[in-house]
Amino acid sequence: MNDHWYMLTLVGRDRPGIVACVSHALFEGGCHLGETSMMRLGGNFTIMMMVQFPGSTHALEQLVAGEAESLSLRLHVDRVEGGLHEHVEPDVRITVYGADRPGIVAHVTGALAEAGLDIFDLISDVGGTEQAPIYILHIEGRALEGIPALASALEIVKGRGVDAQIAPIELMVG
Amino acid sequence: MDILKYPDERLKRESQPVVVFDDALRAFVVDLEETLRAGSGGVGIAAPQVGCFDRIVIVDISAMRKLPKGSSSSGRMLLINSEITEWEGMVMGREGCMSVPDYTGNVIRAESIRFTAFDEFGEQREYTCEGFEARAVQHEVDHLDGLLFLDRLVSRRSDLFRRKVYKKGDEK
Repeated sequence: MNDHWYMLTLVGRDRPGIVACVSHALFEGGCHLGETSMMRLGGNFTIMMMVQFPGSTHALEQLVAGEAESLSLRLHVDRVEGGLHEHVEPDVRITVYGADRPGIVAHVTGALAEAGLDIFDLISDVGGTEQAPIYILHIEGRALEGIPALASALEIVKGRGVDAQIAPIELMVG
Repeated sequence: MDILKYPDERLKRESQPVVVFDDALRAFVVDLEETLRAGSGGVGIAAPQVGCFDRIVIVDISAMRKLPKGSSSSGRMLLINSEITEWEGMVMGREGCMSVPDYTGNVIRAESIRFTAFDEFGEQREYTCEGFEARAVQHEVDHLDGLLFLDRLVSRRSDLFRRKVYKKGDEK
């Protein structure tokens, strides 16, 4: 098979029908979708999708350019290596939350990286009120140097005004 | 025996109670257990996973390198015509399945359960399981009702604070 994998990125103001419109154009154009992440972030809708397509980067861009323009989405396409069935299993889940302030993600992930965390998945949200926002960070990954090393790193982070929980992910296969 | 893999439609079929406890049943149980042991890290297996639609499951978490925190450990359990009679608490955990390769997901299960089951000689017993072991039993019993863990997935984004009452057959 001569098809290549591309990473297609679309970002724009959220409105109903974006996913249906974009995915329909890709389907009609002979694309095969792989893993995707699509979510609303701060009123924007963001799409990152693996797309398998036999043509060039330019041809793929042209395939969705019309829909992107009509939906006011910014479009970016990269040819990527890799493919499907490359999942890796996380063995640790970490939640960090606290009063929102600059640097939470940098401090937390910096300390965890030093303690051997390989992040597979990170989702963060801002909740609370506009006057008193809170930041919530949800991380899954692999503890390359063991969970106690990460727990120690989190203790240091907790001294800087955030709360944190760490728990092993114990995969049950039945 | 070969493990059926989704999207094989047979995995959605409901299994029937065992009514005859004979040598043929006991021979099947031996084969089913061999299949479980030959699998890649599975702690349980249900008869429909090998294309037999009788209500038979085996759960054994004792071979795990480390017993998960808060889990009971009852050794090898052969559960025939198992009926879960009590559920308590709920907890989210990560599940995979020998019938669903290369995918794992978060599922909410009861934290502790009581259930009855027959052994291969037709003797009925009562069990109580907690934590990881209770999760394994619920996962396997679901197979008997044609349910996969895919039927009970919770969203990755909203699962953190989600709380829900667990009911048998819920979310199908």
